[in-house]
Amino acid sequence: MCERKAPRDFIGPILLALAEHNPNIVLVDADFRVASKITSFQDRFPDRFIEVGIAEQNMMGIAAGLSTVGYIPVVSTIATFISRRACDQVTTSIALSGLNVKLLGLYAGLFVGKNGASHQSLEDIAIMRAIANMVVLQPADVVETKQMLEFAVKYHGPVYIRIGRDPVPQFLPDDYRFQLGKSINLRDGNDVTLISYGDLLEETLLASDHLAKKGVQCRVINMSSIKPIDEQAIILAAEETGGIVTVDNHNIYGGVGSAVCEVVAENKPVKVKRIGVRDVFGKSGTEEQMRKKFGLTAMDIEQVVLRFISQRNHHENKSIFNDVIN
Amino acid sequence: MNDIRKLEDIANRVRINVVKMIAHSGIGHAGGASSIAEILSVLYFREMNIDPTNPKYEDRDRFILSKGHGCPALYAIFAEIGFIPESMLWTLHNIDSPLQMHPELGLCPGIEMSTGALGQGLSAGIGMALGARMRKKDFRVFVLIGDGESNEGQIWEAAMSAAKFKLDNLVVIMDNNKFSLSDRTQEVMPLEPMTDKWASFGWFVSEVDGHAVPELIQAFENVRQRKGKPSIIIAHTMKGRGIPSVENKAESHSISFTVDQTSETLYALGCSRDQVTRFIQKIEEKK
Repeated sequence: MCERKAPRDFIGPILLALAEHNPNIVLVDADFRVASKITSFQDRFPDRFIEVGIAEQNMMGIAAGLSTVGYIPVVSTIATFISRRACDQVTTSIALSGLNVKLLGLYAGLFVGKNGASHQSLEDIAIMRAIANMVVLQPADVVETKQMLEFAVKYHGPVYIRIGRDPVPQFLPDDYRFQLGKSINLRDGNDVTLISYGDLLEETLLASDHLAKKGVQCRVINMSSIKPIDEQAIILAAEETGGIVTVDNHNIYGGVGSAVCEVVAENKPVKVKRIGVRDVFGKSGTEEQMRKKFGLTAMDIEQVVLRFISQRNHHENKSIFNDVIN
Repeated sequence: MNDIRKLEDIANRVRINVVKMIAHSGIGHAGGASSIAEILSVLYFREMNIDPTNPKYEDRDRFILSKGHGCPALYAIFAEIGFIPESMLWTLHNIDSPLQMHPELGLCPGIEMSTGALGQGLSAGIGMALGARMRKKDFRVFVLIGDGESNEGQIWEAAMSAAKFKLDNLVVIMDNNKFSLSDRTQEVMPLEPMTDKWASFGWFVSEVDGHAVPELIQAFENVRQRKGKPSIIIAHTMKGRGIPSVENKAESHSISFTVDQTSETLYALGCSRDQVTRFIQKIEEKK
């Protein structure tokens, strides 16, 4: 229906456009510029492009130092190398003093070409949202990527944006405006809520549309502001739909599913089912193979939601959805 | 000559205040603070361009204490300059004090980078030095690292990159006190040949006695003439310098001074009987 685009293909052009009007934007790269497609920026602003080689820890410190001189360093590399490899540098050199550094974690989640476990960031949300002062975001599509990068360079303080590798459809309208701490409903419904973000929104929406045909009206929330998270929307979903299924391209421990559980447990306890990678490492493979292996296809999501509703109704001694299951 | 005497006096006062602050706080990194007293005195009172009335003066030279645990000496220097009142020194390590056990940017005037997790300050210094060049500013960046700290791989990532960027506005001073927390660095992880290592990474290298003010002055003078490469001054120092009970011992790393140790050290540093008695009374009262 609509053209598929990979958010990472647009990072270079978006930053370039922002940098034309903001002389403080500088890019710091650890030999990933070809994959992250930011070479157009390097061509246009060679003096504002700093190549540090394959040395992510040093890269974080250099970015921290640049920020103290008034620059807005945008650091980009594979999400694992920001969150896992350079975790202490991100924490002590950048976050501790709230320095104005923007971290773009690319190839976030399972889908990293066929690079496999060493390159798959299934822990980065857990790590980054546990670091004080850090904002954690993941755009759904190219529209939201542009909005988030515009936000990030205006916001003063450290921001981590995790970005998927592969093309996705456009989920959001052209006039969408990102707001920190706000989510957006992509489907309205009151039977159950599905919360996801980034590339798995596609499977989540497919599942929701199948379920709608079976009479189950799902509310689908794009939780792109992972920290701060949209507590109001989660509480409202708990109140109005009575149960939440989360879909994480991340380990179920510490991902958005965990964040949602924290909010409902403190405010409006309802049942939550977390879909995601169930505490195992990833594998090399195609996107399709991985979605199947880790139970992240639309069909998997649909089955989980149906079971979730059935159990909930059984528990509540209701039977309105039993015919859907049978 | 007067200038040298003045800088030596400052270093001595710094060392006295380091001992007093740590005795007052109950615990602290005395060894790695006392080894850098002369280096800080020469940097802040001679070499660096700073404005004592404005720690944030835009064109100031930057100093990063990468071996962050040595910060009692830095706080003492800040009190000498007037960046902080001397009374603040007695809040060292208190929960709401700007003087945390490792320096935190934004809490205490004069701190240019949060450090404490070893190996990180040099990278930040490179960012600042690059920033200075990009902004066409003349300020220089001084980073003090430890020899033990140089076990960290990030130091060598940074060393490589500073040479790549030809940062002649960056000066590293190594507090080569020959000890890390547990033991002699030679035992824990041999670092020699240090000079060859840095030279092979593309740096100008010089060596000085890090407690000899005239040598430090000359080394910094020489660095000013060196263009096209970053410079490192390897300063041979003594961990726990001036603290008789632990001088040149790994035990100086983190100390809880006894009353006897405190008075012995203060006498050794030239304090009068009256000064020592008054200070001991003060910490006794605190208990």
